[in-house]
Amino acid sequence: MARQTTSLRKYALTRLALALPIVLLLLTMVFLLMRVAPGDPISAALGGRLPAEELERRREAAGYDRPLVVQYVEYLGDVATGDFGTTVSDNRPVMNLIAQNGAATLELTLTAMVLAVLVGVGVGLVSGRFRDTPLDFGGRLFGIVIYAAPIFFLGFLGQLIFGKYLGWLPTSGRASPVVSFELDTPTNLFVLDAIIAGDWSALGDILRHLILPATTLGLVIGGVFTRLVRVNVLQTLQGDYVEAARARGLPERNVVFRHAFKNALVPVVTVMGLQFALLLSGAVLTEQTFNWPGLGSELIRYLDNRDYIAVQGIITFVALVVVAISVLIDFVNAWVDPRVRY
Amino acid sequence: MIGPPIRRGRLAGIRRVFAPIGEARGLPRWVLWAGIAITVLFVLLAFLAPLVSPYDFDQYRLADGSRFTKQAPPSSDHLFGTNVMSTDVLSRVIYGSRTALSVVVIAVVFSMSIGVPLGLVSGYFGGKLDRILLLFMDALFAFPYLLLAIVIAFLLSETIGRGVMTAAIAISVVYVPQYFRVVRNHVISVREEPFVEAARAMGARPRTIIGRYVFFNVVQNVPVIATLNAADAILTLAALGFLGYGIQPTEAAEWGYDIQRAIADAGAGIWWTGLWPGVAIVLLVTGLTLVGEGLNDVLNPVLRRRRTEPVVFPEGPETPQESGLPEEPLNR
Repeated sequence: MARQTTSLRKYALTRLALALPIVLLLLTMVFLLMRVAPGDPISAALGGRLPAEELERRREAAGYDRPLVVQYVEYLGDVATGDFGTTVSDNRPVMNLIAQNGAATLELTLTAMVLAVLVGVGVGLVSGRFRDTPLDFGGRLFGIVIYAAPIFFLGFLGQLIFGKYLGWLPTSGRASPVVSFELDTPTNLFVLDAIIAGDWSALGDILRHLILPATTLGLVIGGVFTRLVRVNVLQTLQGDYVEAARARGLPERNVVFRHAFKNALVPVVTVMGLQFALLLSGAVLTEQTFNWPGLGSELIRYLDNRDYIAVQGIITFVALVVVAISVLIDFVNAWVDPRVRY
Repeated sequence: MIGPPIRRGRLAGIRRVFAPIGEARGLPRWVLWAGIAITVLFVLLAFLAPLVSPYDFDQYRLADGSRFTKQAPPSSDHLFGTNVMSTDVLSRVIYGSRTALSVVVIAVVFSMSIGVPLGLVSGYFGGKLDRILLLFMDALFAFPYLLLAIVIAFLLSETIGRGVMTAAIAISVVYVPQYFRVVRNHVISVREEPFVEAARAMGARPRTIIGRYVFFNVVQNVPVIATLNAADAILTLAALGFLGYGIQPTEAAEWGYDIQRAIADAGAGIWWTGLWPGVAIVLLVTGLTLVGEGLNDVLNPVLRRRRTEPVVFPEGPETPQESGLPEEPLNR
């Protein structure tokens, strides 16, 4: 047992060390991309609104007249100390923005992920178990069609049906104006905040606002999961140990549930983690469709305002999260499957 | 694999790669042809747009100067109704296929012509170059593709404007890593094959080896990835358009942009402005996906099934598969 723990720790350290060059590479890419843009951040955001001398003064104050290398090193240093800059257009620390709008994105993506796992595992297991039956055909068709439907189109249909015709659900924002005005938001996760405050009517309102966006995003991600789960179930059902379990005369139900499904789901867990890029991309579209004030819609807003600093800050943050998640997936992988950490 | 695979020049190699399409049987064949039918329909719409479309994509009035009604419900004059810009929805859907297909074809060609050669070189030579390229591509791949595409589209639109080219370049950046990875990994296994060894022993230059011996053994996967990427690229283009970083609405009709304008209509119960562009996207993407899946079943030697194989599964009721052959899991 002791030997195993050391090797796991060793693996973790190696993996972390390997993540550093990737972080550096991503940060360099972000920096270069934002500097390729015509004009410096100050004149891009404020040009035409301020006199030329004032622009020049602000450029110097922000240090954009210095050599690129100096700015690059400073950028790396800032990121290392957790400083993502301050937006040019509304003078807001990016860290602040991440805490507030990032929480909205987190709330949306977490709920969507839970739904996606429920849908994906449910449909995938049924589809794989009853292979080549109409059930399976339906499951596969669901996977393909849901993949083919843009998130914003599903959102449009949802708003039309559940918002307009049935009138069941709100189609925009995280909460009604009254609720978002009155509710204390220490965590910025509205669901959690309402529970902390013990305000059940607010919680109901918040959940009602969450249903449509989270379901839309969750269905799309769930479509991808369906395929993964189905393929894995098919493979495990062909495994020798499943055959052996059948040969021992176990009821088919036990064979499927105890032996096949569990083993089928282990690899799926890590593959699900890999869908993070898809989840974030989907979140941008969902937020835009439902006026959800998350990081994605903020990114679009700052892009529209040509606020390079805000864009750079948000993208940098996303890049760091991407690396963190991939390291985390590898840890889980190594923990579950000892073969990974040779 | 027996002996050197290519003897009669390049054309024979390509013919060899695609030969199994005619031999396909059962469900893969059905899937492939259904996909091809849908895709061809949209290609025809794209080419014949000026002939089949009732109006121009940006036309908001008749020749006599009378304007179209804004957001008019479907009628005999406007089969799919009109949208908030007073343009004909049917015409925009038809012209939209032109935009989508041209952007996607350019994007796929771009990403293929960067990803495939890089993968060949990186996989064949290995070493430091390979490691650096791999790191770079992995970083690109892990990054949320849409954010990448938006930022690049934004930067390009500042310099070369918001046109078909901008969208195509932004989209192709997203897909380069996929071609790179698949080709590179495949090259690494092919590189050790005896026929490559033999060519090397005979003193063939790396160029010749890659071009004549490695390339055709690796290229089988590319059509599959290309069609699946094309399907995905349609979605990415629509997403860019939806977020306002796609093609300028005055330049071409684009489905994603139209749905973005239609979101505001949903609250008023106006369904026809968003439904039809959405249906068009779903259909075209499904069509291309079916072609890709079908090609995968047919071209991939591991998954390929022929009629002669005497495998019959006794259990299980009626299946959608005509031949009763088991279908292999898609392990992608």
